[in-house]
Amino acid sequence: MKYTEEHEWLRVEDDVVVVGITTHAAEQLGDVVFVELPEEGTEVARDDEVVVIESVKAASDILAPLDGEITEVNAVLSDEPSKVNDDPEGEAWFFKMKVEDLSVMDDLMDEAAYKNFIG
Amino acid sequence: MTEALKRTPLYEMHLELGAKMVPFAGYDMPVQYPLGVLKEHQHTRAKAGLFDVSHMGQVVLRGADYESVARAFETLVPVNALGLNEGRQRYGFFTNETGGIEDDLMFANRGDHLFVVVNAACKEADIARMTSALAPDITVEVIEDRALLALQGPGAEAALSRLNPAVADMAFMDVATVDLGGACCWVSRSGYTGEDGFEISVPSAGAEDLARSLLAIEEVEPIGLGARDSLRLEAGLCLYGHDIDAETSPVEAGLTWAIQKLRRAGGSREGGFPGADRIISDLAEGVARKRVGLKPEGRAPMREGVPLFAEEDGGEAIGQITSGGFGPTVGGPIAMGYVPAALATEGAIVYGEQRGKRAPLRVVKLPFVPAGFKR
Repeated sequence: MKYTEEHEWLRVEDDVVVVGITTHAAEQLGDVVFVELPEEGTEVARDDEVVVIESVKAASDILAPLDGEITEVNAVLSDEPSKVNDDPEGEAWFFKMKVEDLSVMDDLMDEAAYKNFIG
Repeated sequence: MTEALKRTPLYEMHLELGAKMVPFAGYDMPVQYPLGVLKEHQHTRAKAGLFDVSHMGQVVLRGADYESVARAFETLVPVNALGLNEGRQRYGFFTNETGGIEDDLMFANRGDHLFVVVNAACKEADIARMTSALAPDITVEVIEDRALLALQGPGAEAALSRLNPAVADMAFMDVATVDLGGACCWVSRSGYTGEDGFEISVPSAGAEDLARSLLAIEEVEPIGLGARDSLRLEAGLCLYGHDIDAETSPVEAGLTWAIQKLRRAGGSREGGFPGADRIISDLAEGVARKRVGLKPEGRAPMREGVPLFAEEDGGEAIGQITSGGFGPTVGGPIAMGYVPAALATEGAIVYGEQRGKRAPLRVVKLPFVPAGFKR
């Protein structure tokens, strides 16, 4: 598992990258009440806003962690946004994306580095 | 330049309970506890929640007798204070010369004096206003040695009755001096959540003991400012500085119910408060914009500041959202805001613009959740 400074986790699964937010991020957001997902097939560039999350407190975005194409979204989250709080690093992944070169993930933080990052 | 945040007498207890503290109106206040905003909200609607609202201003006005204090107080508020019976509380607001609202408040006839509770963010200005307008005939005594707690929810009566069964006999908006675990408390049957409940002014020295004895009751959980906001929004209640301010008249804000007939045109104590000309003419002639309840038709919450439009495309903004978010009991997004009078009718559709897109909202009746007051 790899991590970004935007508190996303990335996991490679069958050559696509699965993206979600970390437990730490979900705790900071508070109870999630709304999730707006991108359309499957969308080409995204790194740092594009791809997902809107609203918690009881505020709205925030998830940025695309890499350049690539959104191949699948976890539509369940639109109906059950609270899953983001229940299982952020498991069931509540947001989208899967296809990237040209998986080696770009080497630049991201590993678990130890992320733990250090959030202190 | 940063000024140190003030602390309420319950500060240490909040930390011990694991509260997340945030600055609010100059105080370090609990925004949520480990339960989280959503569950705290639901707990208050289902059972009972304990809120620390000690940041609010508590003021005692004294004169020769209640009548003389009430007469003086009526020069600042468009409300019937003189006719308020002993042991009763009423909602009101300070108005300004242009008919806007300077702050909203609760006041009570406590026999030989009038007790006022004002918003934290406005209390300095309110105290200055009362002092300059009412002194020296009326003394303005700022209560600094009392905390203020709110116990809210359908289980509030049963919970507080364990400390003193006399509170069960109080009706909505009754006030009384009540012994709670040895502390001499000023209790009112009121609150700002839309639920039955009590607000308790307790000597600071006994505040933590009282809070702990209430929290020891199984049905009672501590509730932070986050849930306080979603509860009052579902109840359709105004938050000063957001839904009402120095520019909004009480008529625009839909608070005319708080202006008794005898302070209006033709009433026995007509006018005589700041901005009476505008408020009385607004009452007679109507206003151009009104505060309404708004329900986004989609799932996305729309928050304060979102501009409202009459059309899905083009046109100028016609109003804006003044409070908005997710209503946990409603189970969806809810908001309040100002729209032109012509659109202030149930079922009208307006469009809110956020993230570059417009989405429809339906004008609905307030409150979003029926009140559970014990009349």
